[in-house]
Amino acid sequence: MASGVTDEAELRGFRVVQQLAYECAEAVAAQLGPGVTEREAARMQREWLRRRGVRDWFHLPFAWFGDRTAFTGFRVPLQFFPTDRRLEPGMPFVLDMAPVHRGFTADIGYTGALGPNPLLERLLADLEAHRDLVLREVRKRRPLREIYEDVERLMVRQGYVNRHRAYPFGVIAHKVHRVKERRLAPQLFGFGTQALKGLASDALHGHREGWSPLWSPYRFSDHPPRPGLWAVEPHLGFRGTGAKFEELLVVTDSRDPEESAFWLDDDLPHVRRWREERAAV
Amino acid sequence: MSSRGLEGARERRVRTDGVELCVAELGDAANPTVVLLHGYPDSKEVWSEVAERLRDRFHVVLYDVRGHGRSTAPEPLRGGFTLEKLTDDFLAVADAVSPDAPVHLVGHDWGSVQGWEFVTVGRTQRRIASFTSISGPSLDHFGHWIKERMARPTPRRAAQLLGQGAKSWYVYALHTPRLPEAFWRGPLAKQWPKVLARSEKLPPGRYPTNSLPEDAAHGAWLYRDNVRARMRRPRSDAYAHVPVQLITPTGDAYLSQRLYDDLDRWAPQLVRRTLPAKHWVPRSRPDQLAAWITEFVTARHEGGESGPARLPMGTGPYAEWFAGRLVLVTGAAGGIGRATAFAFAEAGARVIAVDRDADGAARTAELARLVGAPEAWSECCDVSDGQAMEQLAAKVAAERGVVDVLVNNAGIGLAGAFLDTSVEDWRAVLDVNLWGVIHGCRTFGRQMAERGQGGHIVNTASAAAFQPSKSLSAYSTSKAAVLMLSECLRAELASRGIKVTAICPGIVNTGITGTARFVGVPEGEQRRRRLKAARLYGKRGYPPEKVAEAVLRAVVEDRAVVPVTPEAHGLRLMSRFTPRLRRGLARLDPPL
Repeated sequence: MASGVTDEAELRGFRVVQQLAYECAEAVAAQLGPGVTEREAARMQREWLRRRGVRDWFHLPFAWFGDRTAFTGFRVPLQFFPTDRRLEPGMPFVLDMAPVHRGFTADIGYTGALGPNPLLERLLADLEAHRDLVLREVRKRRPLREIYEDVERLMVRQGYVNRHRAYPFGVIAHKVHRVKERRLAPQLFGFGTQALKGLASDALHGHREGWSPLWSPYRFSDHPPRPGLWAVEPHLGFRGTGAKFEELLVVTDSRDPEESAFWLDDDLPHVRRWREERAAV
Repeated sequence: MSSRGLEGARERRVRTDGVELCVAELGDAANPTVVLLHGYPDSKEVWSEVAERLRDRFHVVLYDVRGHGRSTAPEPLRGGFTLEKLTDDFLAVADAVSPDAPVHLVGHDWGSVQGWEFVTVGRTQRRIASFTSISGPSLDHFGHWIKERMARPTPRRAAQLLGQGAKSWYVYALHTPRLPEAFWRGPLAKQWPKVLARSEKLPPGRYPTNSLPEDAAHGAWLYRDNVRARMRRPRSDAYAHVPVQLITPTGDAYLSQRLYDDLDRWAPQLVRRTLPAKHWVPRSRPDQLAAWITEFVTARHEGGESGPARLPMGTGPYAEWFAGRLVLVTGAAGGIGRATAFAFAEAGARVIAVDRDADGAARTAELARLVGAPEAWSECCDVSDGQAMEQLAAKVAAERGVVDVLVNNAGIGLAGAFLDTSVEDWRAVLDVNLWGVIHGCRTFGRQMAERGQGGHIVNTASAAAFQPSKSLSAYSTSKAAVLMLSECLRAELASRGIKVTAICPGIVNTGITGTARFVGVPEGEQRRRRLKAARLYGKRGYPPEKVAEAVLRAVVEDRAVVPVTPEAHGLRLMSRFTPRLRRGLARLDPPL
């Protein structure tokens, strides 16, 4: 299992696919215009990545427009799948994709808006505090469930609603792994079977050892961070506008706090954006 | 010579078609021109309060309709009041007071009926920039409204027809020959001010004017010359060629709100505004009218020919109620208060977020602006401090005006046995939960009453107000007091047009669990219980946004007591019908 990832070559592989996924998000976001549907946006992501050699997925690309970025009225998981909702000027959108490239998995989320949307910009700026909070607390080795609650408290203090609670099991993060490259890569409800297999085997191990590959608000997440790669996805919602980022957090069993947890890559669109904003101030 | 009630007005006479119209002007003629048109039985002085509030920003023009006030009447009267002739009058006045630029038209009652004619006929194009219609439908739209309901009288449509038919009794009466004139010139004119004061709750003043008997007698011809003709053959091309703002008072004794259901068809650029008031809003709600007219005219004016420069304030189903209104919410740094502030902001209200957590309140105000409030401010204030609340009220009145909707929401939680609750604990809970509400009602409620233009007070009580519990004695006591206070105030302030609502949310996922005090347990246990309670409330997962929605709905529907969550509804029913079961429930231990 890839539970104790410290191998620099392996991390490089994950970094490459994460960069590729964010490149895809930026390329597709640049092509979005009024009238494009969620289905079309999802297909654009899929095709862009397939052209660059992606054959397997952790999950197929999602696209959410308008108030679907805040999962308004979501009750069943099927509602996550892209619909015929059309993009309109000023509307926020979220692209979420998890390609597997040469056996390395990425899972990313990219938020943007078609034209200016001051509210969304506020939300995006406020996400930075969550990225810092998660890293700080993971380094302290606090139980994941408590970190989850701290993130939620921060969201509430900011005036927002926790929308990652709408994800299956309400997860803020989940583990990702290397997967075997097969000629056939079938999917089940939009999730790659190889990736599901990895999760299931983790869940089984975890169940025996008292941890879980899903970082949730529930008791099964009441354990310190488990070494490995976690795709962390805090998702803010505010009255029909949602914003998220998703990227890989590396957790190791090192005693050095700096080494014990770190974001896989700091050269990502949302991080660059915060840096630029700070530079502008 | 100035008109009564229109101090400093410049007067001129405009001659047209054998009559002489008395036209009054206020304000700088270089500003955009707003023409205020009166109804029946009125003269231009009905607008005096509104005109006073508009004169600094606009060139305000008022004129007496022919046969009314100090304008002369046509000879003969019959046939002299047709909408065609009234259109001639309007064009003559518009050409005289604003020859170069189109005017912004505002009409009340028959002024609005005329206004609809003006904005739907071709010859006034480029003479009118916008139209604000208050309590006066287009006779043509009205005619179609009746015809459609006669043609397909479903139960609902038949009821609408009968309802409006009953409200129109005076229209039939005015068609009687001579009798109405005699009646108006005789006893009715003398009684009319009293009738208005009693049925419309108009504030005393120099209205109506002395010309009332002649206004009313001549004005009967407005009905006789137009109503039957237009009802029989309503024009099918009565489409408005300018943006229209429709202001509907909900308590109008003469016009049903349903008349405007199909209006979007006739007026493509329609903005709806609704306010809880009776028919004579230019007298009873001048502040609100002036604010809405200013906003609408300014938006239209800045946009020029191409349409409004800014989008109308507010979005969603409540925008027509709350756009531009001033709303103050206490305890607005989180939970229900914050969600309520956002809901009002989204509807276009101007929001004041009050909390003792200054940063949280500032954050609420900031997000309120982003979500649609034209203006939002934050104030740091402890509601339990009477003096601070008085200072806050004085400051708000001076800087922002009188609050239209006050939400006394700030509250704290306290749980534990009565015998473990210290005097300080009691004081803390009552100070915030009860005295906070009292101070809010005392200070801001007084301002509302003194303004005399209505308002709404919402107090956050709780389901604990009607469900006793062995571990919530202090909290439940404070909330039960708030509930009773609200009911008493509702009775007391009803005569002043101020509504009071008590909201009883139930178990809602807010931060109250994080700050609640559990008495009679050590510090560590306290923390554990807070966490447990927070998780429990989180599991229940009832979002504060739904409570906020209930607050807005309660204000719109003027409800007295509003339980929100299903459990709150259940407990309320239980308190009414199964009091013994409720007492049994009170003895259960809370699951903490």
